[in-house]
Amino acid sequence: MSETTTLKSTALSATHIQLGAKMVPFAGYNMPVSYAGLNDEHHTVRNGVGVFDVSHMGEFILKGDRVLDLIQYVTTNDVTQLFDGRVQYSCMPNGNGGIVDDLLVYRIDEKTYMLVVNASNIEKDWNWISKHNTFGVEMKDISDRTSLLAVQGPKALETLQKLTDINLSEVPYYHFKKGKFAGVDNVVISNTGYTGAGGFEVYFDNEVAETIWNAIFEAGAEFGIKPIGLGARDTLRLEMGFCLYGNDIDDTTSPIEAGLGWITKFNKEFIDKSILLEHKEKGVSRKLVGFEMIDRGIPRHDYEIADAQGTVIGKVTSGTQSPTLQKGIGMGYVATAHAKVGTEIYVKVRDKALKAVVVKIPFLKK
Amino acid sequence: MNFPDHLKYTKDHEWVLVDGNVATVGITDFAQSELGDIVYVEIETVGEELNKEEVFGTVEAVKTVSDLFMPLSGKVLERNDAIDGNPESVNSDPYGAGWMIKMEIKDASELSGLLDAAAYRSLIGQ
Repeated sequence: MSETTTLKSTALSATHIQLGAKMVPFAGYNMPVSYAGLNDEHHTVRNGVGVFDVSHMGEFILKGDRVLDLIQYVTTNDVTQLFDGRVQYSCMPNGNGGIVDDLLVYRIDEKTYMLVVNASNIEKDWNWISKHNTFGVEMKDISDRTSLLAVQGPKALETLQKLTDINLSEVPYYHFKKGKFAGVDNVVISNTGYTGAGGFEVYFDNEVAETIWNAIFEAGAEFGIKPIGLGARDTLRLEMGFCLYGNDIDDTTSPIEAGLGWITKFNKEFIDKSILLEHKEKGVSRKLVGFEMIDRGIPRHDYEIADAQGTVIGKVTSGTQSPTLQKGIGMGYVATAHAKVGTEIYVKVRDKALKAVVVKIPFLKK
Repeated sequence: MNFPDHLKYTKDHEWVLVDGNVATVGITDFAQSELGDIVYVEIETVGEELNKEEVFGTVEAVKTVSDLFMPLSGKVLERNDAIDGNPESVNSDPYGAGWMIKMEIKDASELSGLLDAAAYRSLIGQ
């Protein structure tokens, strides 16, 4: 992000600044990276309840008789598995076996879907889907007028339940309901998140952002609710081994290499089906793995990964000190021979090769 | 933010407390706040003669890592072992319990190159 480019604000940017947040440019938006401190925010979400403003995310509404055909074609997951009120994690292959973006697909009704995409990819995704829209589907980009709050943590349900008559305990994981919330109609309440801590994501129009933000903080006061920045969002998602587009997956990584075979369904026609089927059947030369540090050290994006002989076998894509586990954790692509759980690998931290071990993700066991 | 007047500062965000020919060195309140939660401090240069601006260690925070630079030329005499068990002290008490090294000042003429509190404040726009 060059400094000459004007940063976009969310409907709540001024609120974050007023709350004393440290703001950073992220995907073209002026976003809060931390408030009270990353560890404090991280533990708040794991143990209580916290609120992320993730209004920078993109939302597209797709509508039409052949909407299912379009989404089936551009995404890897099987959209026929959805029903009204069901959400699906998916990704869009780029025609060369790489990934345009990962996304959430919401089925609103038989003819209407909402796609939720990464902020940094809004334009790219829009152009990509438009290019393949030979199905006469009406597309609407509602990103700029839509706010999104992720209310996450074991106390999220109790907090939000005070604000709606929808019985939230009857909205299972990856399901959603649309209804009245904090006195506002047509709010989408989705049992999703990016933290593994439980909770909901709430979509609404920018005009009511402040009303809803205040209502949530009032409702959560008794649980010590706090605003959470993008820093803790990253450590929380990484403890769960969730991929971050631009780090762990991008236009050069195959969903099969990335361990996203579970959202790649070959019972339908879609972009790159034959390439990805070959990846699945013949195997791939590298795989995305999770690893924990054995030696003291913190893996970071782009650090090299080596074998015991010092030969470079891959690169770290995401890494951090895990606030919950109190040790260095990371993900990275390694040559397939080194991808098995239990394999010892070495992360090059400055001039040292520090020992780590390939582990199963999520890092955080339930 | 707090920048005590009796300390000297560097553009690399270290503070220096001069006592005769020995200097105590740490990172400033601004530096700890920019780094965020500090996980550990690695200093393996005790006993080494280093030049001004050479790296004497690194600070690992949850989200980022930063090198530590010698504010003056000289020998690293001692590191603060207490921060190993209590790295948070660098965040909570950067000018006290969070100090990093003591060093022997080799060339007192380098002292004039350090910043006073007012100059450091203006450097960071405070």
